[in-house]
Amino acid sequence: MTTTPSLAAEGLSLGYGDRTVVSDLDLAVPPGAITVIVGANACGKSTLLRAMSRLLSPRTGRVLLDGREVHRMPAKELARVLGLLPQSPIAPEGITVADLVGRGRHPHQGVFSRWNERDDAAVAQALEATQTTALADRPVDELSGGQRQRVWIAMSLAQQTEVLLLDEPTTFLDPSHQIEVLDLLTDLNQNRGTTIVMVLHDLNLAARYADRLIALADGRLHAAGEPSEVLTEENVRAVFGLDSRVITDPTSGRPLMLPIGRHRVFEPAGTGAAGGADTTG
Amino acid sequence: MSADVLTQPHGAAAVARGRTRRAARRRTVVLVLLVLVLASFAVTLMVGRTFYSPGEVMRVVLGEQVPGATFTVGRLRLPRAVLAVVAGFAFGLAGVTFQTMLRNPLASPDVIGISSGASAAAALAITTFSLSEAQVSAVAIVAALAVAMLVYVLAFRDGVVGTRLILMGIGVAAMLDSVTAYALSRAAEWDLQEAMRWLTGSLNGTAWSQVVPTLVAVVVLAPALLWQSRNLSAMQLGDDTAAALCVRVERTRILVIVAAVGLIAFATAAAGPIAFVAFLSGPIAARIVGPGGSLLVPAGLVGALLVLVADFCGQYAFGTRFPVGVVTGVLGAPYLVYLIIRTHRAGSSL
Repeated sequence: MTTTPSLAAEGLSLGYGDRTVVSDLDLAVPPGAITVIVGANACGKSTLLRAMSRLLSPRTGRVLLDGREVHRMPAKELARVLGLLPQSPIAPEGITVADLVGRGRHPHQGVFSRWNERDDAAVAQALEATQTTALADRPVDELSGGQRQRVWIAMSLAQQTEVLLLDEPTTFLDPSHQIEVLDLLTDLNQNRGTTIVMVLHDLNLAARYADRLIALADGRLHAAGEPSEVLTEENVRAVFGLDSRVITDPTSGRPLMLPIGRHRVFEPAGTGAAGGADTTG
Repeated sequence: MSADVLTQPHGAAAVARGRTRRAARRRTVVLVLLVLVLASFAVTLMVGRTFYSPGEVMRVVLGEQVPGATFTVGRLRLPRAVLAVVAGFAFGLAGVTFQTMLRNPLASPDVIGISSGASAAAALAITTFSLSEAQVSAVAIVAALAVAMLVYVLAFRDGVVGTRLILMGIGVAAMLDSVTAYALSRAAEWDLQEAMRWLTGSLNGTAWSQVVPTLVAVVVLAPALLWQSRNLSAMQLGDDTAAALCVRVERTRILVIVAAVGLIAFATAAAGPIAFVAFLSGPIAARIVGPGGSLLVPAGLVGALLVLVADFCGQYAFGTRFPVGVVTGVLGAPYLVYLIIRTHRAGSSL
C-alpha cells in the first residue's frame, strides 16, 4: 500500500432540507491513526461521516482527501481509497458470508471485467483478518450479532481502502463483542496502517481506543485532541449536559468517565468537582 | 498469480472454490431453464387440436407453405407462443427487479399497481378511443410510469419505506382495476375475450402486430437492466452502503424503474396483466438458484416458462379453455397468502 492519505474538512456546513446539522467545521484526521467522534444524539456525527464519504454534499466548505476535494473525485477512485460502513447495512435474505464480503469488491470491478484471483485473495484476506474464514459458507442471517458485525467489517476490508469510516460499529453488541470489534479495528490500524474514523456512543471505549478524540456539540467542533485532553469533566458537561467525574482507567491509563446522576451516588450533583447546580434534585 | 494470492493460498483457493461452485449452480439453472423454455415452446407449436410433427413445424417456421400447418402453426400458435415467451420474460425480469430494489417480495409491479395502470390505460385506449397497437403501447407506458410515480410520491415521507409503498400500491391497483372494469363496461362492442385480456391477461387471438412492440422492448430494455445488475446487487445492502461502494444510487434507481416499468407496460399492452407472473418468477428463481447471484435472467426465464406452460394448460388441460391469467392467478394467489402469513409470523409488518 502507498502512503496513507490524509483526510480533512474545511469550513464544512451540512444539512438536510431546511435543517442545518453541522456548521463551519474544520477538522483534520491524522493519517494512520484511530479517530473517534463523540457527541450527544443528533449532534451531526453521522452526518459528518456521510459527508466525509461524500454520501452528502456540503452546503459550504469541502472535504479534502490528500488535498483533493472528495466531492469532485471520480466515485470509483474514491471508493478504492475510502470506505464507509453505515450504521445499519442490510444483508440480503439468505446471502452467505463469502458472497456478502465479495460485494465489497464492487469498486474494483467494471461492468465487463470478470471476478479474478485478486478479488478472491482480497475476500480471503478480509475473512482471515476478521476471523470469519470458518463462517464463509454460512448464511449471514444465522450469525450472532458480533459475528455479523465482523462480517460487515470484512466486507469493508475487501474494499481494500486505506481509510475506513464506521458509523457506530458497536451498537447493539454486548460488551465482549464491542471489545472484540474495537480490538479488531485496532489490529487493522496497527498491522496495515489503515486510517480509522468512527462514531462511538460509549465515551469510555472511545477514550480507550482513540488516538484522537473529537467531540461535537450542536454541529460544531467542541474539542479535539488526545483522549486525556478531550474527555474532561468540563467537556462532558458542555457536550452532554452531564455531570461526571473523570478518573484514570486503571487498566489502560486512559481517562474514564463516571456519570453523576441525581440518584445512587455518594455526593449529590452540584458539589465537589462536578459543579453544575441546575440538575440538583 | 499475484503476490496477494501467494500470501493467502488456502483462503483464496477456498473462496474461489465456493464462488465457482455457486456460479456453476447458477449456470446449470439458467441452462436447464433455457432448455425447458425451448422444449415447452416446441410442444406448444406441435400440440393442439391437431398435431403437427416437428418437421412440419420447422418447415412452417422457415417460411415454407405446409397445408393446414401454415395457418394453424404460423398464424395462430407461433405468435401466441412467441408472445408467451417474450411477455413472460418481461414480467419475470421486471418483477424481480422491483423485488430486489425494494427488498421485498411483495413489491412486484403487479401487486403495487403498475400492471393495473398499464392495463387500465390500454383497456381505455382500445375500447373507448379505438387507438392503434402502437398508440396503445405508448399510452400503457405513460400510464405505467405515471402510476409508478404516483405510488412513489404517495408513499414518500422522509424517504420511501417498502411497507408504505406496497400498501399505497395495493390501494392504487384496486382503484385502477375498477377503471379497467368501467372501460370494459362502456365498450361499444363488448367482447368477452377482450375483457378477459384486460382483467387477468390472455394470449387468445395473439397477432404478430401485438408481438413485435413487446419483442423490441425486451431486446432494448432487458440489456439495460442486466447492465445495472451489479449496481442493483450493491443496493440490496442499503442505499448508504451502495453509495460507499461507488454506486450512483439515485441514477441507478431511476434507470432501473424506467426500464422495468417499460417492460411491464409493453408486455401488458400486448397480453394484459397476466396475473402474478411478475410476482412469482423472482421467488421461484431465488429458490432454485440459491442466494448470492443475480436473479435477473433466471427470473425472466421462469416467467417465460410459467406463461408458456400456464397458457398450454389453460387451453388444453381442462374441459373449457381458460385464459392464461386464470391459471397463473390460481398459482399466485396461494403464494401471496403464504408470503403474508410467513412475514407476519416473522414479526415484521408485511
